[in-house]
Amino acid sequence: MLELKNVSWTVEDNHGRTDIVKNVSLTLHEHKLYVVTGPNGGGKSTLAKLVMGLIAPSSGQILFDGVDITHMPITERAKLQIGYAFQTPPVFKGINVRELLTLAAGEKKINPTQLLFDVGLCAGEYINREMDSGLSGGELKRIEIASILARDLKLALFDEPEAGIDLWSFQRLAETFDKMHRQSEMTLMIISHQERIMHLADEIIVIDSGKVREITDKNTFLGSLTLKESCGCGETCERGVSF
Amino acid sequence: MLDIIDKVLLKAVANLDDIPKLGAYNIRRNGKGISRQSTKNIQIVPKTDQPGIDINVAPGTKGEQVHIPVILSAEGMTDIVYNTFNIGDNADVVIVAGCGIHNACDADAGHNGIHEFFIGKNARVKYVEKHFGEGSGRGKRILNPTTKVHMEENSQVEMEMVQIAGVDDTIRDTDVDLADGARLIVTERLMTEGVQSAESIIKVNLNGKDSSARIMSRSVAKNNSKQHFHMNLIGKNECRGHIQCDSIIMDQAQVSSAPMVTAEHSDAQLIHEAAIGKIAGDQLLKLMSLGLSEEAAEDTILKGFLK
Ligand SMILES: Nc1ncnc2c1ncn2[C@@H]1O[C@H](COP(=O)(O)OP(=O)(O)OP(=O)(O)O)[C@@H](O)[C@H]1O
Ligand SMILES: [Mg+2]
Repeated sequence: MLELKNVSWTVEDNHGRTDIVKNVSLTLHEHKLYVVTGPNGGGKSTLAKLVMGLIAPSSGQILFDGVDITHMPITERAKLQIGYAFQTPPVFKGINVRELLTLAAGEKKINPTQLLFDVGLCAGEYINREMDSGLSGGELKRIEIASILARDLKLALFDEPEAGIDLWSFQRLAETFDKMHRQSEMTLMIISHQERIMHLADEIIVIDSGKVREITDKNTFLGSLTLKESCGCGETCERGVSF
Repeated sequence: MLDIIDKVLLKAVANLDDIPKLGAYNIRRNGKGISRQSTKNIQIVPKTDQPGIDINVAPGTKGEQVHIPVILSAEGMTDIVYNTFNIGDNADVVIVAGCGIHNACDADAGHNGIHEFFIGKNARVKYVEKHFGEGSGRGKRILNPTTKVHMEENSQVEMEMVQIAGVDDTIRDTDVDLADGARLIVTERLMTEGVQSAESIIKVNLNGKDSSARIMSRSVAKNNSKQHFHMNLIGKNECRGHIQCDSIIMDQAQVSSAPMVTAEHSDAQLIHEAAIGKIAGDQLLKLMSLGLSEEAAEDTILKGFLK
């Protein structure tokens, strides 16, 4: 359903040209859940922004359901039912949570209370709150995720949905992703560093230094992690994802 | 008695569909009072020496509203009016003022409203002032309000001043003095477009002990319009004051913001913040990624900002 063909993204600044995404080719299929992981700065968010159209590739081609969307404006892609939950969600003065979710839903009928509940927020307290800097980082992040859940999508991209979210809400969120995956035809691409999320994956894509380093199934991937449980400094560290 | 243009203006500035049936009001149209009603507690009396009215609110009046809209639809006229508000001790009222201009001709039309408020002890006033202009004529629509407020001990005034469409030229001059324990909150919303220009001068004298003032100004400047803000909080006692000026600038507009704080007492705590900037790029991208066109996204952001 989504096909990236030799996609590159290059930035030019005073220091010259830097390739951030290098010749990436990738195919995502319908009704699958992909977890994209890899070291910080590897190019994961950049890849998601290329798919949503927030930035344009320097070269290569992006196809969605067979249609070339490489140069399609963001709004048009949104209409093709592609959605992206930002890693760092923007704030808005004078727009409250209910209004944002309603905007996100467009024509679709939604129940904002249920959406907030799905991301672990107690709706009563949040529904009329302004989307400004008065919200905490974790709250903002969850509302951002809810704004994507509000939409009717074919492809949903989530950028580190776990970041800044407490354990209890995280549990709820993981269940929500699982349910979405099982109950809809949607393709999910979740950028994450969390084992709990990786467990939901059909495939794990590792992005490192702007390239696809490997595509594996979760068992192979998580299995290889347990082998590297102790970190380089000789101490036994909390189990996490290391590369 | 009101024609369709009058009604549009009245709706825009006072949210009234017609002449109100209840409560105190005075409607001024093209330089003349056309309809007026007093209540037991709120007396509206025309001035004898100059154009304008005295609005006398009896001490202890609670929960009443006064509407004093001004509408201007005659060709090329400039209307000057002096209004005096005497708010009795312990009163708690809402005053809705505002001016709507319809100018369909090529001569300028304007209104200069000169308002003076005397706020009694412990009184609370909410003052809402909306300015609105329309009409296809080449003549300018000009509004120059002057507002002077004198606040006695422990009184509270909340001023909401909104001008978001159709006024070509405006100089808004507001001057407030506060006695002990008095509290002032000013919210200002301004939008200019085309070649419009707007200037807002707010001077607040925190004379009394424990007096406080908060000024929150948000504005949007589009096209080739110009805005200038000049705000001064003067702390002459143990007091608190905060100015927040936020502007979104677009196209070739110009905005200058000069918040100023002056302390004449060592226990005065005064803060000013001023920011001018474009619409944040990630706000636009976020709304567009939800399916809004660029124009709709921009519009949504500006509407929220000016709310
Ligand atoms: N607009 C830009 N200009 C210059 N460099 C950029 C720009 N955007 C991203 N980069 C660089 O590209 C690299 C990849 O960034 P990206 O945000 O895609 O990483 P990431 O894999 O999402 O990292 P993280 O796990 O920390 O979120 C980083 O080194 C980043 O500094
Ligand atoms: Mg990232």
